[in-house]
Parts: sequence; C-alpha cells; structure tokens
Amino acid sequence: MTPDLECLNLVKRFGDTTAVDTVSFDVPRGSFFSILGPSGCGKTTIMRMIAGFLEPTSGDIQIRGRSVLNTPPNKRPVNMVFQHLALFPMMTIAENIGYGLRRKGMPRDEIARKVDEALERIGLPGIGNRKVDELSGGQKQRVAIARCMVLEPDVLLLDEPLGALDLKLRERMKVELKALQAAFDTTFIYITHDQSEALVMSDQIAVMNNGRFEQIGSGQDLYYRPASAFVAGFVGDTNRWSGQVTRIEGDEMEIRTDSGLLLRGASHGRPLSAGDSAQIFVRPEAIRIAHDTEELSHFDNRMTGRVASLLFNGAASRIIVQDPDGREEIEVNLPQSGEFAGLKRGAEVHIGWSGAQGNCFAAGVR
Amino acid sequence: MIPSIPRSRFLTASYTAYIVLFFIFLALPLVVVAVFAFNDSQFPSLPWEGFTWSWFFGDARPMIGVFHERPILRAIGTSAIVAVFVSILSVGVGLSNAFLFNRYRFPGQGILYVFMLLPLVIPGIVLGISILVASSRAAEGLWDMAQWDVAALRPGLTLVILGQFSFVATIATLVIAARLQKFDQTLEEAALNLGANRLTAVRTVTLPYLMPAMIGAFVVAFLMSFENFNTTLMLVGSDAPLTIAMFDRLKEGSTPLLNAVSLLLMLVSSGLALIMIFAQRRD
Amino acid sequence: MRAQAKLGLFLLLSPLLLWLTLLILIPHVDMLLVSLRERIGVGQYQIGLGNYFTFFSEPLYLRTFLRTAVMSILATAITLLIAFPVSYYIAKMARGRVRSALFLLCLVPFWVSELVRTFGWMILLRETGIISNLLQILNLTDGPVELLYNDAAIMVGLVYTSMLFMVVPLVTTLESLPDEVIEAGYDLGGSGLSVLREIVIPHAMPGIVSGCIVVFMLSLGNYLTPTMLGGKDSLWFTELIYSQFIVRFNWELGAAFGFMLLILSSTIVWGMLKLTGQSLEKTMG
Repeated sequence: MTPDLECLNLVKRFGDTTAVDTVSFDVPRGSFFSILGPSGCGKTTIMRMIAGFLEPTSGDIQIRGRSVLNTPPNKRPVNMVFQHLALFPMMTIAENIGYGLRRKGMPRDEIARKVDEALERIGLPGIGNRKVDELSGGQKQRVAIARCMVLEPDVLLLDEPLGALDLKLRERMKVELKALQAAFDTTFIYITHDQSEALVMSDQIAVMNNGRFEQIGSGQDLYYRPASAFVAGFVGDTNRWSGQVTRIEGDEMEIRTDSGLLLRGASHGRPLSAGDSAQIFVRPEAIRIAHDTEELSHFDNRMTGRVASLLFNGAASRIIVQDPDGREEIEVNLPQSGEFAGLKRGAEVHIGWSGAQGNCFAAGVR
Repeated sequence: MIPSIPRSRFLTASYTAYIVLFFIFLALPLVVVAVFAFNDSQFPSLPWEGFTWSWFFGDARPMIGVFHERPILRAIGTSAIVAVFVSILSVGVGLSNAFLFNRYRFPGQGILYVFMLLPLVIPGIVLGISILVASSRAAEGLWDMAQWDVAALRPGLTLVILGQFSFVATIATLVIAARLQKFDQTLEEAALNLGANRLTAVRTVTLPYLMPAMIGAFVVAFLMSFENFNTTLMLVGSDAPLTIAMFDRLKEGSTPLLNAVSLLLMLVSSGLALIMIFAQRRD
Repeated sequence: MRAQAKLGLFLLLSPLLLWLTLLILIPHVDMLLVSLRERIGVGQYQIGLGNYFTFFSEPLYLRTFLRTAVMSILATAITLLIAFPVSYYIAKMARGRVRSALFLLCLVPFWVSELVRTFGWMILLRETGIISNLLQILNLTDGPVELLYNDAAIMVGLVYTSMLFMVVPLVTTLESLPDEVIEAGYDLGGSGLSVLREIVIPHAMPGIVSGCIVVFMLSLGNYLTPTMLGGKDSLWFTELIYSQFIVRFNWELGAAFGFMLLILSSTIVWGMLKLTGQSLEKTMG
C-alpha cells in the first residue's frame, strides 16, 4: 500500500538559512505521526510546505503516491488545524464546518446533514447556531477538527493545536485527539514541541533539530534507544555529563567526566574509541537508591553522597544527590514504595546503576 | 491573497501596477503644487519659465515672495494662534473625557458616549452655522437685557476657536481614550501600594504613560485646526486664518505665491507629523 | 472615599457637559428655532414651517439637495472601490518596512490642507493646466481642453480628499485579520473570490462602515472642492447654505437648509449602520 504522505529529500532555504535540510519520511495510512522539536527547528516549515503555503526549495511531497507540488493549497487533499485554530469569527459553528463543503458546491440540505453528523461525532450536537466566541477552548478545538474532517482529507495536519489550552484541558484533549483519530481513521500529522503530547498520542515520532530529522521511531524507541545525543537529551528527563572516553571494551566503556568522576556506560554499537570526548546520559529512574552499599553490589556504577535537595512531586518525586567531593549533582527518582519518604536534606544515601543504562554519544555531533 | 498563497504572475504584476498607479494619483497634485512654486512666471502653469526663489524671497512687484507678503504672514500667525488654543482646549477636555469614560460607571454613560461621538457625523458647515446662530442670539439677548455688547459672541477668532474645538475635542478624546484603554490599572495600584495617593499615582504613573497619546492628540488637533475650512468659513470675522485668506486669493486668480505658501505648509505639516510618529513610537 | 469619587466624577463630567451643551446641543436647538421662524415684517416673526415649505417648493433647492446626496454616495462608493485593494495590499501583502512606508505615504496628503490639495487639482486640470498641455504635446487634441469646472472634476477632488479616511480604518481592520484565518479559507478549498466574499469582507465590515460614514460626511459637507472644481451648473448644497447666511443674510432659510442637511446626513448614516448591523460606538469609538 502506498503511504498516505511521503516527503523526499525536502529542502527549504530562506536566504542563507536552511530551515529544512534534506528531510525524507513516509507516513503509513491511518497512523498518527508526530514531528517533535524545539521551536525554530523547522517543523512548522515542513507543515506549511505540505499544506501548500510554502514552496520547497527542492525535493518532493507526495500524497497517496501523487506529487502535490504543483497543486495550490485549496486543491490539495490535506487539511490543517491551525495553531490558533483559525475558526472564522464572522460565521456560526455550522457555517464554519460547512465552509469547505460549500466550496465543493454541495447542495444545501446535504451540507446541513453532514454538519449535523460531524457535530454528533465530536460530541457537540445542537451547537450549530452558536457563535465561535461562545465556545470553550476544548469545544473550539473539536470544531476545528470537525471542520476539516467533513472534507474527508487524505491527511490532516495539526500545528500545535493544544498550545493555547491550560494544562488540565491539554491532558484531556490528548486522549480525546487520539480517540478522534481512531474514530475518523485518518492519517494525522501532528507537530509539537511538547514531548508528552507526542509520546502519548503518536504511532511514530520524528524528532527534529536544526532542520534535520534526528530519529524516527515509536515513543519507546526514542525513550529507550535514542539514536543521538540530542534525542537522548530532548526526550524525557536525564542526567547528562560530558567527558572523555578512557577505556572501551566491546559495548562496555568507561568515561571520565570533566569534573573527574569515573562512570561506566555503554556505546550501544556507536563507534567510539578511547580518548574521544563524549557525552553520557543516565535517566533518573534508572538509578537505584539504597540504605547500604550491599544492595547495590550488582551495579557497576556505585556512589555514596548526600541529599542536596528534595523535589517532592507526588509519584514523580526526586532527590538531587551530591557526590562525596561535591563535584556533580545527580537527579534520582524516589521509589514509589514510600521506603525513602523520611529522607532529609543532608542525609547520606547510596546510589547505583548499571553501565548499560549509561548511554554514550560522541561529543560534537549533538 | 496573502504572500503564502501561490498566485499567477500576471495577477501579482497587475496588482503591483495598480498600487503604483494609486500612489502616483496620490502624489500628483502635491508634486505639481510644489514644483510650480519655483516657476519664474505669473501663473502656476506651463510653460516652465525657469527656476526662481522669488516666490519665497522676492521683495519687489510683481514677484513678492511669501516672506515679504504681510497679509499672508499675518494669516499664518492667526492660524497658529487659533490652532494652539484649539489644541490645548481639546487635549484638556479630551483627557478629562477619557478618564471619565474609562474609570467611572454612571447612569446614562452609554448615551453620553454616543452624544460625544456626534460631532463627527455633523457636517462642519452645520456646526459653523449653528454656533453662529446661537452666539448671535445670545449676544442679542445680552444686549436686550443689560445693554452688554460682548464682542466675543460676534463672528471672530473666539467663535472660530470654539467652533473648531467643538469637533476636534471628540477626536482628541478618542486618541487619548484608546491609549488609556490599554493602560494596565495594576500599575496605578502598585503606585498606591508603594505609598502614593490617588492623585500622585495618576500624575506619576498614568499621565507619563498617556504622554505619547497626548502629544499625538495635540498634533492632530493642531493640524485639523490649521487646515479647517468649513466651520471656520462660517464663523470668521475680520482676522482671516490662512486657509480663508488663501481661499480669497484663489478666487481672484492664482499666482505661484500660493504654491510657495502651500509648499511651506507641506513642509511644516510633514515635520509635525514626523514629531508625532516619533512620540508615538517611543513607547 | 465615596465622596471623593463623587467629586472626581463631577469634575470630569463638567467639561464634557459644558462642551456638549454649549457648543452642540444649544446651538442646534437655536438653529431649529430660527429655522421655524417666518419673517412677516421688519423685525417681526411668527412660528411656522414656511422656510421648509420654501425649500420643498423651489426646484433649484430640492434638485441641488438631491444632487449633493447622490454625488456624495457615488463619491463614497468610488473611494471604497479604489481604497479597498490598496488597504488590503498594505495590511496583508506588504511586510515590515514596506508596509509602514506605504501607510505613511497614504497619510501624507492629509497633512496638507484641503485647499492645497484642491489647488493641485486645479493646476492639473484647468485649460492651461498640465494634463491639457500634455495631451497637446502628445497630439491627442488640437487645442487646449478644459477639464475643470464639471462634475467629474468634483468627483476626482472629493475622492482624493477623502481617500485617507477610507484607507486608515480599512487597513486597521484588515490588519487585525490573522493570516491563519485566510490560509484556513484556502486550505478548506476556498478560491480567492470566495475567501474575499465570505471571510475578508465580513471581517472588514466595521472598517468599511466607519470609512464610508466619514467619507460620506466629508463629501456631503464639503464646500471647498465643489466651489473650486465645479462649474456654474454644479451647485453643492453647502453653497446654498453659505449664500443664504453670508450673502443674502436670510438666516431663517439658511438654518432650515442646515437642518435639512443634518437630517439627510443622519438618515443616511443611520441607514448605513442599520443595514450592516453596526453601531456608532463600534465603528467610530
């Protein structure tokens, strides 16, 4: 089956700056694909090229196997949910949803039927005569999606549509968006700088940085098997040190951080050799905490330090441990068993983690 | 039709051509007026007789320049005095109105606001005659009652100032109110919190914030007064402001002297406009 | 505190009330009273509608009145048609510096008095003027042509004089329309024309109305342009008011004329607001 969307060596330059640098990817039919990256990484540029509001400098965009480069935006089989939704304030909700159908020249009664159907589908029946500004943020969101979905596009583009919502609503909309996507069974392309949005909703995520795709994969892939230092640092929380590789044996290796700490890590098949400068990433939840060193004997990284501060945050509570010489601070998850609930600032703790959890990347590649 | 929507080259080219034509249309009369101020001829029209400064600095007939033409100089002075009074009055009342409509809620406020806007939709000439009628009736009344002759109620500069003020005040109010609307009232609360009393808070925090709008309103009021014709025409006495004086000359036939005056006006107005833009931009 | 607030309200209210009562309300009431006065002898008057009767029975007055109204509406429509594409270009097509420069250029003629602008058109259009000369040089005409002193010249002058008052409100409202909304219109299958009709124009409506009101008012109440650019046959209603007041010293009839002009302008402004569902506070305030 041809993918719904395929981008081939997409490049976009604005003057001297390259916003999108040779990006290729394809999105299989019916999947939820996210492009995740910090602001200014070029993700909006890709989105606007797919929608037809920007012309690529080179490369090709194909929808269901056909190039759309010469198709103007109003003729492309893609629709877009804009960042600020762009609902037409001068029209009612029903007129908003029916806008695209009117453009197709559909008869009036059929438009009315389809609009009612769409409102039903997004769980807002009977609000057709309301004005846009009478709706809540979440309702507007759903109307914006319905407005596109009545046109049955091959691909739906969503440009950070949750950005303007408050935290609680955003959490709920994540679940709802995923459900809507499943209900409409349409390919969604979603861009965001919020990793949790991408991780929760997507089948596939592309992590983008400086105009390039760093890695494409499932949420688990990105989290547990990052392909680059950027992905390791950008997706999820992590401890990060830079230093120099002192020894390497197969996949196992040792690195001395700039502050002199000696850590064991793993290269996971990346070409590293002794003497290289490198970065090592260790997730806070990969580090175990114990009352005495015995419990940690099976770990190849062990350390005794003091609690520098306690970061209570319910289930996601952490402590910051200072190593004995006070050179480094290490974030460590507290186990949820409540075993360490009585921990005080300044208390002595033992921590340890396995070398396989220390992900090493050559420095400079970023 | 925004830059991100692709469109045909022909459409883009014709749109650009239209815009260019529009600006030529806009500039043409002004350029013509300016250029013929330097024509060495008795008439501001072709043929071009050569370049001269005489219409500015000439001091002998038949080419008496602006700077030696007494009546015109006096008219400029009259206009400036009128404009200064109108501006001060308008900005003062405008400031008071802006605070009134922004800070207070009182019964009848909505109606009063609409009433305040009305001068904008009354033709200037009607404003002029209504004030003329009212003032002369008042003058007659005073004479009949107490044998007072109040010169200010006869056509003259006082009436011109009041007539212009009657609609310029609305514009000044709108300009100042628009900025006051954007003012973050917690700033004033912060000043109160830091020990200022209400009046001091307004004086030290709100008024400086409003300053660009007040300067803007002053300049707009000044220019509107300086250029006003319709209302002034009905209320003017023996001292004619510049627009009226020029109008009388123009009826007799034009000489490049009028071009020279016009060019000076353009320069001064543009200067004032620039001052205003900078005042507005500083914030 | 309450007393202080009351005092503040009183202090701020008094200039407003003084201004509106002394300079707007009383003068208009006076004008109405004078217009209802019939002169029956030297210094002797009676109340009646005689002046209005004169207005309706004299064809010259009525014809001039209607002509002024129709031409003002026409001038407003032409100004809107010319200004809309320009405003759209400034607000939505031009970017950054070009936009501010174009906008400033639009304002320039406003900074010069109407007299100067009209004078410019006289130099251009008259028999010995630039355009006539240009046509002769290009051999398009044999002799000088008089382009001044007709209705078309008045129209050019009116449109030129009011252009700014259309462009500014249009640019302001069009600027407030996010690009995103226009893009959404195209994205959902709209063409240039349908986006203009269903999205851009409805959004710009407050600007269109306020521009039209101001331009209409300025045209209707204009005295200078018709006097200077119009011919002997192209009389403007304001010229009638002027001549009754200043030349013939018949204030009673002049006041009646003034009131008719006021009624005409209010009716049309009111109609324009009702037709488009706007209010005066929203469009002008």
